[in-house]
Amino acid sequence: MTPFDSDLRPAPAGRPSLAVGLRNRVHRSEALRGYLLLSPALAVLGVAIIAPLILLIVMSTWSMSGFDMLMTPGLGNYAIIASDPIYAALLGRSLKIAAIATAATVLLSYPVAYFVAFHVHRHKMLWLILLTLPFWTSYLMRIFAWRVVLGYEGVINSALMSLGLIEAPMQVFLYSQTAVTIALAHAWAAFAILPIYVSLEKIDKSYLEAAADLGDNAARRFWRITLPLSLPGVVAAFFLMFIPTVGDYVTAAMLGGPDGMMVGNLIQAQFGPINDWPMGAALALVMTLAVAVAGLAFLLLTRMIRR
Amino acid sequence: MISIQNVSKTFGRVQAVRDVTLDIARGEFFSLLGASGSGKTTLLRMLAGFEGVTSGKIVIDGQPMQDTPPHLRPINMVFQNYAIFPHLNVRDNIAYGLRRLGTPKAEQARMVDAMLEMIALPGYGDRLATQLSGGQMQRVALARALILKPKVLLLDEPLGALDKQLREQMQLELRSLQRQLGITFVLVTHDQEEALTLSDRVAVMSNGQVIQVDTPSGLYDRPVNRQVAAFVGTMNFFDARIRAQGPDTSAEIAGLGRHPVAPSARRDGDRVLVAIRPEGFALSPQPPEGPGPRVAGRLMARQYLGGRQLLHVAVEGRAAPVAVAAVAHRGQDPWEGMEDNPVWLGWSRDAMTVLDAD
Repeated sequence: MTPFDSDLRPAPAGRPSLAVGLRNRVHRSEALRGYLLLSPALAVLGVAIIAPLILLIVMSTWSMSGFDMLMTPGLGNYAIIASDPIYAALLGRSLKIAAIATAATVLLSYPVAYFVAFHVHRHKMLWLILLTLPFWTSYLMRIFAWRVVLGYEGVINSALMSLGLIEAPMQVFLYSQTAVTIALAHAWAAFAILPIYVSLEKIDKSYLEAAADLGDNAARRFWRITLPLSLPGVVAAFFLMFIPTVGDYVTAAMLGGPDGMMVGNLIQAQFGPINDWPMGAALALVMTLAVAVAGLAFLLLTRMIRR
Repeated sequence: MISIQNVSKTFGRVQAVRDVTLDIARGEFFSLLGASGSGKTTLLRMLAGFEGVTSGKIVIDGQPMQDTPPHLRPINMVFQNYAIFPHLNVRDNIAYGLRRLGTPKAEQARMVDAMLEMIALPGYGDRLATQLSGGQMQRVALARALILKPKVLLLDEPLGALDKQLREQMQLELRSLQRQLGITFVLVTHDQEEALTLSDRVAVMSNGQVIQVDTPSGLYDRPVNRQVAAFVGTMNFFDARIRAQGPDTSAEIAGLGRHPVAPSARRDGDRVLVAIRPEGFALSPQPPEGPGPRVAGRLMARQYLGGRQLLHVAVEGRAAPVAVAAVAHRGQDPWEGMEDNPVWLGWSRDAMTVLDAD
């Protein structure tokens, strides 16, 4: 008898053990296997996102009385947000700044991505790594750098003055919505370039040849083939940047001044100096909802363009 | 219709096409046949305008075209991978070229419907390109090109991705479509059977050069060298030496003996190759009657091919057996069980093609 013969023994009669049964089920059910593979991500999602979100929703219905939190549920916070125009104005401004910064970034990133995808043939990886270079310094450092560039006695003003274009430094650069927009666009450029690059890189060159063969010149080829086929990357770039920038408050706090304040600064204040957590929670939820609505609108818009 | 004059193409240090001169007539079904790397695809892409010529001229319908960008050439192409636009449905794919021309919407719709009818895919207009099978994509690619009524249609291995049965069906359809429309077709293929089936004329390419341009039967019957002969169909090659004495020329053929051949510029003692197709031989169990050349051999093996068979006959003075084609008879085949028996090979003088030895 060889050692291998043992495998040929008939299986023991009776029920299989629990462990074996479970293993068989996992092997057989593709869905179960899928969930098993997902489970670490699902656990993180549950603990770090779903649970806090529920907490946020519950807390937003509470209210403050002096330093005490009243846990009786009510929609008082939402009523205040709806009635006081300051909230809508701040939210609107945040959406506007984020939208402008995102649009500018996507618009400026597209040619860069296009260049790397179609005109760089060697050292592509090097180009892509260079594009992420801004990330190699801390975000705060970069904002301070922008203060140096945009400030009253900053690089731009002194340059303009030494060129004789202006006589006194201009105030408009720093502490304005423009400053916030510029800093945001700079900070998020790589997030816009990379998804657009990927979607451009994926386009089969034979589609462009076919379009040329069917009579389209370079401009028409771009509008009819390249742009529609790279739209998924543009949409991804838009969401990747728009969603976080709406809620951004560091940039606004450091570069925005009173005029560049965003809803994120208000939310931060509710959880900080103002110490009204329920109001902060309600504001955060309203902002999330607004972002979702804006995102949906954008998605519908791109659908229409694609037609 | 198309005149390719001394066209060369160099990629870096690689010469992909060397000094090719070809004339393709209006309404002709012309094939560029060659192995991969032979330059056939590069030549086609130069016709389409996707590659510039390094030197030489391309004249289409009397107009020099070598410097014209692809979108201005009166040529359309069916791509190897079909290049059906994935973001458009079948209807928009077929109408792609019309959109730019500003054809009225109703007229466009009518033309697309006619095209869908022609490619036997009516009712497929609203399908997305990604929902089509390979054969359907091939038809859509064809319709998309033909709707523009090009003077020349280029086809880059259009049937390569299809399975054998579909490929044969599409070959017939392509051929009848071309006859019906009268458009000049230029096909690139590495499949000799496809080239022979479809084309009026075939250019065999190798190493960037055109080796021979001829009709399918011309290529088969009168190959200019061993390469063409071996590429198209099965061929028996015999080493031979020319014996020329006065007006009579004959060849001393290894395994077949000395036989008269057509006179040529070759001189006495030149080493040559004599090529004879399997159909060029007649096999018989007894010495054949009549005066033609003959040689005795031994039947080594039968290779049944359904309807016909190849009989492999060993002859003295030659290592490889000679392949002989014969009809396979149903039921009682005269060669059944005849292996190892003596047989006679007979052939005619016309069956022999004398080629340069390599």
